[in-house]
Amino acid sequence: MTTNANASRRTSHIRTRLMAGSLGPVTVVSFVLLIIWYSACLPMNSGLPNLENVTGLADRYLAAWNLERPVLPAPHQIIEDIYRTTIATPLLRETADGTVLNARNLLYHAWITLTATLVGFAIGVSLGIALAIAIVNIASLRLSLMPWIVASQTIPILAIAPIIIVALGSIGITGLLPKSIISAYLSFFPVTIGMVKGFNSPDLLQLNLMQTYSASRTVTFTKLRWPAATQMLFASLKVSISISLVGAIVGELPTGAQAGIGSRLLSGSYYGQTVQIWSALVLAAALAAILVAIIGAAERATQRAMGVKPEGYAP
Amino acid sequence: MTSIPAVEIQDLSLTFESAEGPVYALSKVDLAVKQGEFISFIGPSGCGKTTLLRVIADLEKPTSGSIKVNGVSPEEARLGRQYGYVFQAPALYPWRTAERNVMLPLEVFGYPKSEHQRRAKKYLSMVNLSGFEKKFPWQLSGGMQQRVSIARALAFEPALLLMDEPFGALDEIVRDRLNEQLLKLWAETRKTVIFVTHSIPEAVFLSTRIVVMSPRPGRIIDIVDCDLGSNRTLDIRETPKFLEIAHRVREGLRAGHSYDD
Repeated sequence: MTTNANASRRTSHIRTRLMAGSLGPVTVVSFVLLIIWYSACLPMNSGLPNLENVTGLADRYLAAWNLERPVLPAPHQIIEDIYRTTIATPLLRETADGTVLNARNLLYHAWITLTATLVGFAIGVSLGIALAIAIVNIASLRLSLMPWIVASQTIPILAIAPIIIVALGSIGITGLLPKSIISAYLSFFPVTIGMVKGFNSPDLLQLNLMQTYSASRTVTFTKLRWPAATQMLFASLKVSISISLVGAIVGELPTGAQAGIGSRLLSGSYYGQTVQIWSALVLAAALAAILVAIIGAAERATQRAMGVKPEGYAP
Repeated sequence: MTSIPAVEIQDLSLTFESAEGPVYALSKVDLAVKQGEFISFIGPSGCGKTTLLRVIADLEKPTSGSIKVNGVSPEEARLGRQYGYVFQAPALYPWRTAERNVMLPLEVFGYPKSEHQRRAKKYLSMVNLSGFEKKFPWQLSGGMQQRVSIARALAFEPALLLMDEPFGALDEIVRDRLNEQLLKLWAETRKTVIFVTHSIPEAVFLSTRIVVMSPRPGRIIDIVDCDLGSNRTLDIRETPKFLEIAHRVREGLRAGHSYDD
């Protein structure tokens, strides 16, 4: 009786530990999604000619999970394709001009998109912070600029991307920069909105204190407004980096670029290579997750240095 | 320097314009504070005691009348960094440790780096917080946080200390102890202190003079001398002299209809 109770308490303890972190819940959700995905492969692909002559549910499922050009590929097909186009393909290629990155390797395309994303992110964040500083300091700008900033985001990026590519192409700017500008066009917005809020977050007494010191605007900014905005900064950066990536991919679509995740999506859809599209999507998602994780790590390091109260701490 | 009054106010009024018409926050206030005095402003909420303190600090502008702080206008006094201000809440910067909060005014005023550490140590020990230099505000109790904010106000050694209900949010036991410490600190530093409170025992215990104020319009109705000597302990609150002064302050508040709704 007692041992039984102890045992069950131990199991529940292990269960609590497992569910306390994010690992437990994430595993459960992933597992459920995989089941749904594999189950959906047959109904989604049942219209394809390859499945016409297959009978028996088990055989039909087996066939549906291993089609050449499925409507919905099975997860293992995507993993296979990613393995084939990354690890199993040499990253470098010898040419007459020397060693270059191999365009058959998916990582090469990821690198092309990543560089455009990072340059776009840097431009977007700098612009976003500069606009926020201007808006916080100059009251008339808050009224005159804000509507334009909001309006800029109501224009579909798919409509404006070709215009930017063509306009910059006509003055001889091609390649990385037009993509980065599209990326920056999207990513400055959350930074501006977040930082305006962050810069205005100090309370009246904290501001009054600076006033009793006769502190200049610059001093008030560096000693009070900027540190007070740190939390908002990282929240904004996380949103901003992921839409920087979206912007870079969208920037690769209109010209039918030769390289980048966007070009893989486009060529995959031209040739009905659904597995290739999915591989590119998974790679884009992984890239976004890594970028957000890096910012998350920087955020935690900054918070530790700034002595932020640990979560769940009750004095 | 002793001949110049710390604060000299003549016929000062301050009216706020609001949607429901003008609000007379301060009406025809006259007051002179000598150097080295400990003055309390007491009265119910809405009597203008905090507003009067903010006028002295140049955080509010009077509508009419004249005011001099250490012989100059409040703005010049503020620009000359002649006073330290302690707010109702500690208003510490949460990303700074206790000592770096105390160093804040020194950084703003451009004191040499070597002074920062020395003064932070000195003034934190003066408010009995030695050993807490590296703690962040969330690691300190409310009373400790307010003591850090007092150390911060003392750090640049202003001659005038303006305190706006600094212990209002603390419980009575902590408040008693801080009152004793504040008296000791005042005796050590000989600063002029202007102290806003709504507690009669606190005002009588701390002050050399008590300014009794009343609302609608905010005005001074009595100024009570509080000559209890310089070596006060919490025990004096039981003495007849203390109770007599407290009684007079209470009478003043009653005369100003402070107890009416």
